[in-house]
Amino acid sequence: MVSPNTELAYNSKIEGDLVVTRADAVINWIRANSMWPMPMGLACCAIELMASAASRFDIARFGAEVFRFSPRQSDVMIVSGTVTYKMAPHVRRIYDQMAEPKWVIAMGACASSGGMYRSYATLQGVDRIVPVDVYISGCPPRPEALLDALIKLQAKVQKSPGTTKDLL
Amino acid sequence: MTAPADVFTAVQSQFPAASARPTLDHPAINVPMADAVAVLTNLRDTQAFDFLVDVTAVDWGVEATPRFSVVWHLLSTTKHNYVRVVAACVSDTEPVAPTISHLWAGANWHERETFDLLGVRFEGHPDLRRILMWDGYPHHPLRKDFPLAGIDTPLPDLEVGELTKATAAPAPMMGGPFVASVGEMNMTDAEPSAKDESWNERSNKPAAL
Repeated sequence: MVSPNTELAYNSKIEGDLVVTRADAVINWIRANSMWPMPMGLACCAIELMASAASRFDIARFGAEVFRFSPRQSDVMIVSGTVTYKMAPHVRRIYDQMAEPKWVIAMGACASSGGMYRSYATLQGVDRIVPVDVYISGCPPRPEALLDALIKLQAKVQKSPGTTKDLL
Repeated sequence: MTAPADVFTAVQSQFPAASARPTLDHPAINVPMADAVAVLTNLRDTQAFDFLVDVTAVDWGVEATPRFSVVWHLLSTTKHNYVRVVAACVSDTEPVAPTISHLWAGANWHERETFDLLGVRFEGHPDLRRILMWDGYPHHPLRKDFPLAGIDTPLPDLEVGELTKATAAPAPMMGGPFVASVGEMNMTDAEPSAKDESWNERSNKPAAL
């Protein structure tokens, strides 16, 4: 027979420990630890991007292993490779299709600045068409550099103010 | 194996207007543009040049006349020799050449690329659209009067261009293009670099250069 619970207050012996925090911190913490990447693999940087997802570097350690090929399900677009002017509008449209909140990592010299392609055909940095949160140097960067960028992006997301206010 | 001279002799016996072209490697033949398709058909059908290696064109410079030449490279997979056929375009402003996509299906994309980058129109081509640059791009980038950095052009998608205010703007050359130094033993000095760093997008290139 179950005895009626006469206690109205919170009983930590029954319900476990309680942590008090702010909604911003919780939401940011959840977001930062589950960043689903949109792999915008356009050139050789994409090979390093794939390596970061494979067992040796294992991007899953940082909660970003769920590569989504649909922009509607992804949080961070990793632009890995040379963006030509022909491709640039498509990159922007895919970015527009991503659900808020969304972030962009410009991976490698080409995505950051056009790299060695100083020519009529290459967009001189993807920041001309989408807002970039983290730039990675290298041609191509090693997977550790991508993981470092992801950690930096997570730190940025954890610190982002007014998250709850934006949601309401 | 056919000796190089034989290919030219055989062609000239049927096409008197053909002439030998100075060459360092394989035999090369200059033909009038009107004879080009007939010569290529003849080479394919009677001399076993069954494989089309390349179709391209040359821009000899803004001042040159004839300004554009179309080049066809043929290979015989049975006799193992090459031949190069060159025909000058009649017009310097609206270069035109006949298509050979009905002789070799592979010429289709080669001709589209040549049209895209050099602006040579291939008459009779089944689908002469740009292949590398986007549809509606107003220039032909491999022409000598086109700067490597590019010319300011709207993005292929006008909606995105309006949203982002981005254009296909000239690339910053910073004294470039960047070229490697031939014969340089010091690896740091051999790195590709701009040979003249006295000008960039803030201070213009000296007029004398």
